[in-house]
Amino acid sequence: MTTMKLNAPALAGLAAGLGVAPAAAQGVDETVNQIFASSTGWFVQLIFSNFPGTGFPWIVGWLVIAASIFTLYFGFIQFRAFGHSLALVRGDYSDPNDAGEVSHFQALTTALSGTVGLGNIAGVAVAIGIGGPGATFWMILAGLLGMASKFTECTLGVKYRNEYADGTVSGGPMYYMTKGFAERRLPGGKFLAVLFAIFCILGSFGGGNMFQANQAHAQIINVVGEYPGWITGVVMAIIVFLVIVGGLKSIARVTEKVVPFMAALYVITALVIIAMNYDMIGTALGQIITGAFTNDGVVGGAIGALIQGFRRAAFSNEAGIGSAAIAHSAVRTKEPVTEGFVSLLEPFIDTVIICTMTALVIIITGQLVSDPATGLFVLNEAGDGIRTVTGNSGVALTSDAFSSAFGWFRYVLVLAVVLFAFSTMISWSYYGLKAWTFLFGEGQTKELIFKVIFCVFVVIGASASLGPVIDFSDAMIFAMAIPNIIALYLLMPIVRAETNSYLSRLRTGQIRKYG
Amino acid sequence: MSRKIVVGFDGSEASQRALDFAITRAQAQGDSILIAHVLEWSPYSFLTPSEVEERHRRRTEELQRAEAAILTPVVRQVEQAGIPVSTTLRYGHTAETLCRIARDEGAAMIFIGRMGASGFASRIFGSVAATLAQVSPVPVTIVP
Repeated sequence: MTTMKLNAPALAGLAAGLGVAPAAAQGVDETVNQIFASSTGWFVQLIFSNFPGTGFPWIVGWLVIAASIFTLYFGFIQFRAFGHSLALVRGDYSDPNDAGEVSHFQALTTALSGTVGLGNIAGVAVAIGIGGPGATFWMILAGLLGMASKFTECTLGVKYRNEYADGTVSGGPMYYMTKGFAERRLPGGKFLAVLFAIFCILGSFGGGNMFQANQAHAQIINVVGEYPGWITGVVMAIIVFLVIVGGLKSIARVTEKVVPFMAALYVITALVIIAMNYDMIGTALGQIITGAFTNDGVVGGAIGALIQGFRRAAFSNEAGIGSAAIAHSAVRTKEPVTEGFVSLLEPFIDTVIICTMTALVIIITGQLVSDPATGLFVLNEAGDGIRTVTGNSGVALTSDAFSSAFGWFRYVLVLAVVLFAFSTMISWSYYGLKAWTFLFGEGQTKELIFKVIFCVFVVIGASASLGPVIDFSDAMIFAMAIPNIIALYLLMPIVRAETNSYLSRLRTGQIRKYG
Repeated sequence: MSRKIVVGFDGSEASQRALDFAITRAQAQGDSILIAHVLEWSPYSFLTPSEVEERHRRRTEELQRAEAAILTPVVRQVEQAGIPVSTTLRYGHTAETLCRIARDEGAAMIFIGRMGASGFASRIFGSVAATLAQVSPVPVTIVP
């Protein structure tokens, strides 16, 4: 998905580059910025404020603590059920008579295309650049813990979805909040659901849309040179419009095919680069472990590495945010918990595999400058990160690391960022729409209104440097975790009952493999 | 003894020729015919979120359409020829699914029409006839 604070420097750079934009548009941007900053700044600060006396945003703590509690409560389900999850995705337990329905594999890849994105490429580079190699350790740990959060929310998403007479389904946190709370006779379900839906709609316009368009444009001008952002915005908006309004499936299908291919290419290239530098693997692992526990990793020492690692993982894999519960709830299965098992592979692929690859390539190709005498990393001029060989940070740092081995990878990376941005937009347009119809009801006109607004925000996102607007929408995405995790805590006994029942039937052979 | 002939039928002219030929064989040998229509489908393809949501409804529609437009018209033709006929409608990889049907139904042979694809495309994507010839558990008749 997206991330927040990392974009501040990128956006500042973009703002400078947008001097070519018409003065009138600039005026509008500034007005919008001011209105947003003054009216919503308090909310952004509230969401991203730190625990007193630390640089640790409380919302990240909220996500990581929840992930740890779910991990313990379900007895390390992410490790116990890992093999079974793979078997489910392979289709070992799928009834051949259900062929033609959405398979577990398809549900997983659809959900993944919404989370794999800029966070994996740019966000990790920011984490390593500030927290040092040790951040990788904490990122992996948070990714492993996040698997339990995904498991919980996706099981509930399927269990409490709405199935309509025409065979379509709608699911997600809104539905388990209302129906699950009613079942357990808990108050406040409706309130949480409405709160979640509002956050989800606003988040879908921001992090799931404007931020993506914005960063895609930033990447394109990096390669082809400066040109006005609204051009990128209008082109992307037209394509998004054709897909979500025009029902032009062919474009979406192409993206959906190319995105996994790009992700695989990314991981394979990373593995090749790591293999080429095999003599550095030991050193890199040593740096990751020592950096995680000692003060050798720079800014903020081991605590700094922990903060950066946790932040990246939480922001990249969306575990606990509730978006995955919407994506997974449409799968056809008699056992809700099977979808929970499948979904726990998501943070694993997103964070433990893809994010770690980015981190390893940056470390192994020696992008971070260390002092030969002491072996400690050297701070950059600003003192807010580690000095890098090229002086770059963020996505440019990732690009440097990959290009140091393969010069052409710079261009592949641009294509990857644009495609990841596009598929993330398609996914979030769906999440936003589900929240929208939950609040306003289903209907062609109502849905069209949402979709048109969504496309307008694509143009705004690509053409403007609306820092405060984007901060606000990113805050909204993480705000989704507040009602969602409260609901997960209250409903987790239901998930435990489902899980125990399923696992015991699996043990006794009542649930069997086909074929 | 009456045997069962599986006819792979997709509504194309080639598959109609295969069915016509199967009817003459069945009449001569007293066999029955199972008309099999396979909707090409892979559980490993990629879908957008809205496609995922609509999949169940689409599947129902696709099955109804195939039944009405492809299977029903030819069932009457086989019945009029005085041959016992049944149909099956499945999702999957065409050649593999035809083999599974033949195995599940204890069929004696499979009849299919030749699509006449040649050259580059069939080299890349393979053809149902070629695949069946390689993997079928029962004799295959390919009707030109």
